[in-house]
Amino acid sequence: MTVADALLIALGAVAVGSGALVVLSSHLVRAGLYLVVSLAAIAALYLVLGAELVAWVQVLVYVGAVVVLLLFAVMLTRAPIGASADLDRPAWPAVLVGGGVGLGLAVLLAGAFRWTLYPLPVNGDADRMGEQIFGNWVLPFEVISILLLAALVGAIILSRPDIGATDREEG
Amino acid sequence: MHAVIPYVTAACLFGLGVYGVLRRRNAILVLMSVELMLNAVNLILITADVTTRGRTPYSGAVFALFVIVLAAAEVGVGLAVILQFYRMRRAVVLDEVHLENEPVNR
Repeated sequence: MTVADALLIALGAVAVGSGALVVLSSHLVRAGLYLVVSLAAIAALYLVLGAELVAWVQVLVYVGAVVVLLLFAVMLTRAPIGASADLDRPAWPAVLVGGGVGLGLAVLLAGAFRWTLYPLPVNGDADRMGEQIFGNWVLPFEVISILLLAALVGAIILSRPDIGATDREEG
Repeated sequence: MHAVIPYVTAACLFGLGVYGVLRRRNAILVLMSVELMLNAVNLILITADVTTRGRTPYSGAVFALFVIVLAAAEVGVGLAVILQFYRMRRAVVLDEVHLENEPVNR
């Protein structure tokens, strides 16, 4: 049990605990804020695992942009501020499937990797990651930029009522 | 470093995400649960990058970056759909989405 192990366990507990609060909370806004805690803990896990660039991109894109977008959507759809009683469906199918998937994956991975000790990785900073992205993975990188452009155009067309989706009665 | 700790963490997060997607009725909360699942997959990719240093190092981290970009695009389009639906029907509850042949009461 090293310092890295202790950090991994502590940060993993924070990530799983706040992730559980995201799916269990009856306050919409609180679920979004617990999501921030969970994503930040996962970014810290990336740092411990030696993926420095990915950790900072996670903080920038997820904590900075995605959660803010989600909270904007919560506000734009006039969500109630307090607790709402009608957020959930009946629990048992979700408990069955979700618990089954989680437990099954955990048992599978624990059985596959046992308590094997791995050396701490070399830090994946922007220098080494950039070499890989623009060397081995440059074609997927370009394809993803086209996909981002398509998503941008799609989101604009969807959210403009004059050229986007119209009601069936009108259009 | 014992790789089984982040692997089990990722499995638990993925299970929580599946639970949230099946349990929640509010579309925005479903998107949040999807984000949890995507992050679990990213954690598995990064940990696999540590445990298997093959011919191309850091490929797991590069995949994780790509998944983050895809998730950002997914959230943008998904929220556009949700907000457009809210503008048309005044609801974000997934149970009340009318399918093609059902009558629409407005």
